Amino acid sequence: MIGDWLDIGPVDQIAPGTARTLPVRGGEEIAVFRTQNGEFHALVNKCPHKHGPLSQGIVHGGVVTCPLHSWNISLKTGEAQGDDKGCVPVIPLKVDAGRIYLLREAVVGRKAA
Amino acid sequence: MNAPTTVTEQDRAESAQVRERLVVIGNGMAGCRAVEEILARDPARFDVTIFGAEPRVNYNRIMLSPVLAGEKAFEDIVINGPEWYADNEIALISGDPVAAIDRDTRTVTTRSGHVEAYDRLLIATGSDPFIIPVPGHNLDGVVTFRDLDDVDKMLAAAENGGSAVVIGGGLLGLEAAHGLTLRGMKVTVVHLMPTLMERQLDEAAGFLLKSELERRGQTIVTGGDTAEITGRDGKVAGVKLKDGREFAADIVVMAVGIRPATGLAKAAGVVVERGIVVDDHMVTSDPAIMAVGECVQHRGACYGLVAPLWDMCRALADAACAEPTGYTGSVTSTKLKVSGIDLFSAGDFSGGDGAEDIVMRDASRGIYKRVVVKDNKLVGAVLYGETADGSWYFDLLKKGEDISPIREALIFGQAFANGGPSLDPNAAVAALSDDAEICGCNGVSKGKVVATIEAGACSLDAVRGACKASASCGSCTGLVESLLALTLGGEVQSGPKTLCKCTSFGHDDVRRLILEKNLKAIPQVMQELHWKTPDGCASCRPALNYYLLCAWPGEVEDDQKSRFVNERMHANIQKDGTYSVVPRMWGGLTNPKELRAIADVVEKYNAPMVKVTGGQRLDIFGIKKEDLPAVWADLNAAGMVSGHAYGKSLRTVKTCVGSEWCRFGTQDSTGLGVKLERMTWGSWMPHKFKIAVSGCPRNCAEATIKDFGVVCVDSGYELHVGGNGGIKVRATDLLTKVSTEAEAMEVCAAFIQLYREQAHYLERTAPWIERVGLDHVKAGLFDDPDSVTRLAARFRHSQQFCQDDPWAERAAGAHADLHQHLAEVRPMEFA
Repeated sequence: MIGDWLDIGPVDQIAPGTARTLPVRGGEEIAVFRTQNGEFHALVNKCPHKHGPLSQGIVHGGVVTCPLHSWNISLKTGEAQGDDKGCVPVIPLKVDAGRIYLLREAVVGRKAA
Repeated sequence: MNAPTTVTEQDRAESAQVRERLVVIGNGMAGCRAVEEILARDPARFDVTIFGAEPRVNYNRIMLSPVLAGEKAFEDIVINGPEWYADNEIALISGDPVAAIDRDTRTVTTRSGHVEAYDRLLIATGSDPFIIPVPGHNLDGVVTFRDLDDVDKMLAAAENGGSAVVIGGGLLGLEAAHGLTLRGMKVTVVHLMPTLMERQLDEAAGFLLKSELERRGQTIVTGGDTAEITGRDGKVAGVKLKDGREFAADIVVMAVGIRPATGLAKAAGVVVERGIVVDDHMVTSDPAIMAVGECVQHRGACYGLVAPLWDMCRALADAACAEPTGYTGSVTSTKLKVSGIDLFSAGDFSGGDGAEDIVMRDASRGIYKRVVVKDNKLVGAVLYGETADGSWYFDLLKKGEDISPIREALIFGQAFANGGPSLDPNAAVAALSDDAEICGCNGVSKGKVVATIEAGACSLDAVRGACKASASCGSCTGLVESLLALTLGGEVQSGPKTLCKCTSFGHDDVRRLILEKNLKAIPQVMQELHWKTPDGCASCRPALNYYLLCAWPGEVEDDQKSRFVNERMHANIQKDGTYSVVPRMWGGLTNPKELRAIADVVEKYNAPMVKVTGGQRLDIFGIKKEDLPAVWADLNAAGMVSGHAYGKSLRTVKTCVGSEWCRFGTQDSTGLGVKLERMTWGSWMPHKFKIAVSGCPRNCAEATIKDFGVVCVDSGYELHVGGNGGIKVRATDLLTKVSTEAEAMEVCAAFIQLYREQAHYLERTAPWIERVGLDHVKAGLFDDPDSVTRLAARFRHSQQFCQDDPWAERAAGAHADLHQHLAEVRPMEFA
C-alpha cells in the first residue's frame, strides 16, 4: 500500500479535541480531527450546509459542531446529525507508528467545487 | 507461508528417532509459554534450547510492578524455576544473548561465540522500551522499566529517598510511579498528552485517575513535553520541559512506550515491518523460523499486552506439532495494577456513528462507568472505581452477543441485568421499602420523597426544592423521576430547562454546585454532577468553561477547546471562513498612528473591506487564520490591543464628545467612557456586553439601548441597565443616579459582576433582567450597603487575570497550531 498513502506528519501535532487543516493546491481543503479519545478522522473542510470550515468547530464525542450555524457533523461518516440533512466527503485516514496517513487519491482527486 | 509441514515432515522421515532441535531466542513469558504449550502436546518432539539475555530463570514480567511496590518478592513471580528446565530436559543458556541468526546453516551464534544449530527456530525477543532521544537521555540514573535490573536500579535509588520523575503516564509509567511513591520517593509523572493513559481511558476516567494519584502525593503533569534531562557530574539531576518548567530528579524512569525487538530477525533477512511479520500459525517469512509475543506483527497488529500471548502460543504449538489451528488476533482489555485504584478498559470507546454511550456516574463513591453499544452489541467499556463487571463486559464484547434484551440494565452490571425480577426500573423502585434511602447526600427516604410529591411537588425541580432529594450530586435523579412517575402516573411536569441534554441540572444549579462542591475543571463538573455524556457537547462545554472561570478567577485553566471559534481565534469568523479583526479604540478615540497602522494592515494583507462598526471602531475583513498572528503583531506595534469584538465579553464603550467639545455636554462623557473601557476590557461574561456614555440627555451615544448606559446630567450620572438593540429592542431601566464619576464606575463594576455571577450563559442583560426582575437586581446591589463594594472588588480581582492582550500572546507564538496549516498538498500537476 506504500505510495497510496500520504504521510501528513506525526500524531502529536493535533491536540485531542481539536482539528487542523491541510490545504490542497487545486483541490478542497481537508480538516484532520483528533477526538478526546485520540481517534483521528479527516473530512473535506466544508460543512454540507453553508460550507463553514468544520476544522474550527467544537469537537465532542465523535462529532464536530460547525462554527457557522451549529450543524453537527459525524467525523466518521461526514453525515449531518439530527434533523439536518447533508453529507461531507470523508478522507480515508490511518495512523501507523505515530504518523498520520491520508489516502492519496481521496486527497488529490478532489477538485475544488 | 501456511502450515509449516514441509520442513518438519521431511526431517522426521529422514531421522525417525532423532528429535528435531528447537531453539528459542527469548526466555521470557512468550518463549517459555510457547515451549510449555508444545510440551503439553508432544513432549518427545523437540530437543529444546532456550537462550535468555537476562541471567535468570523465566519470570512473570508483568508482575514487576508489584515487586517494585514491595507487594511481591522476585521468588513470587518466577513462572518456571530451574527444576522445570531440568525435568523437561531443556537447555537454558542465560546471560549470553544470541547475536546473530544464520538461516543458510540454520545456526544461531551468541555474543560469546557459542554456536547452536536448529531445525526450528522460535524468536520471542519481546520488545524494547522506547527512549526519547532528548539531551541527557544517556545520563547515569535514566532507567527504563522492562526487567528486574531496572527494578533493582529503581530500588537502589529509592533507598535514599529523594525525587523521581517518570516520563510517560501510560500503564507502565503509572505503575512505576506508584511503586516509587510507596518506596518513599517524591514522584512527578510527566505525560505528553492531556489525559493519562489516553489509549485506554477517556477524558472523564483519566481525570478521576489523575485526581486520585495527586491525592496520593504524586505530581501529575499532563501536556508536558520533555525538552531535556539535566545532569550534574554525569548523573541525572532533573527534567526540563519545553515550556520551561523544571523538576528535580535523582532518578528518571523513561516509560513512554515499547517497540518490537526485531533487530535479530531483520539482520537475518526475515520480513519485518513494525514487527516480525507472521502468519496465522506464527510462522515468519522463513518456514523454519517462528516468532511469538510482542516482537511480532500479525495481520497488521502488534500487541503490548500479555493476553494475546496465550492465544498466540496455542496457535504456534498447534502448528509446530502438525495440527495447525490458527490465531486470528486478540481483543485486549487493560487493568491498572495500582493497589486501591480500580480501572478497566476494553474495546473501542471512541463513540461515533451508530454507537451509543451509556454513562453512569456516582460521585460520592468516585465511580465512572461507560459502555458503548453499537448495532445492539457491546463494543467498548471504560470502568473507573468499580470494575467487578469488567470481565462480564469483556466477555459480552468478545462474543459479540446481542445485548438488546438487557440493554436497559446493562450499565448496572451483571447481577442486575441477569438476576433482577424485572428490568423495568420503575418496578425496581416500587419494590423499595418506604424507609429506603433515595438521596444519600441529603438523607431523604423514599417515603419522604413520595410524601413530598403527594403534597404537590409535581416536577423534579419541585421535589429538589421541597425536600432536597437529588439536589446535590444528582446521582439519584433517575430514582426520583421513577418515584414521580409511580406516584403521579402521567402527570409529571417537566421542570425548568436543563443546561443541555447532557445533564438533568439547570444553569443555576450547575453554578451553585460548582461553588458548593469546589469544582475546578470541566471533567470534574461532569463527574460530580453526573453528566450523561462522556465529554459534553457544544452547548455545555463553553458554558461550563465560563462558569468555572467566573467562579474561580485565576485558579482554573481556560479550556481553549471548549470555546467557540471566535473566542479561540480572537477574531470573528465570516461566512467564507476568513476572519474580521477589530482593534480596540478606547471610548471610540483614535489617532494618526493607529489609523496608519490599520491602513498598512489593510494593504499588506489585501483585506477586501474595512468598515466603521456600530461600536465606534474599525473592522478589517477577509483575514486568513494563518495571517492573524502577523496582523496582530502589526497592530500591537502601534499600541492597539484586541477589541474582543468576537467575545462573550465587554465589547465597546460608545461615547459622545461630551463637555470637552459639545455646547450641550454636561460632563466629560468621552473621558468617563475611556475609563470605563480601561476598567472592564478583557472580562469574560455570560454574553456580549456593551456600554455607552452620553454627555447629556440628548443621548447621542444611544446609552439607553446598551447593557450598561450612562447618561450625564448637570447634577451627576444616571445609570441605566438592561438595554438591547438586537432582535427584540429593549430600552434600559434606570438603575440609580450617582453624583461622581468614581461612584458611576463602582456601580458599573458591581452590576457587571452581579450579571457575571447570576445570569445564564448566553443570556444578555435584557432577558436576564426580564427573567429575574429589576427589583431583584436592585436588591442584589443596594439592599446591603456593602454589596456594591464587595461585588466591585470581586470584579477587579477577576480582571487582574483577564487584562493581558490575547493578540500579543498569539503574535509571540502562543497556540501556533490554531493558526498554521499542517502542511500543504501540491499534486504534481500544480507543483
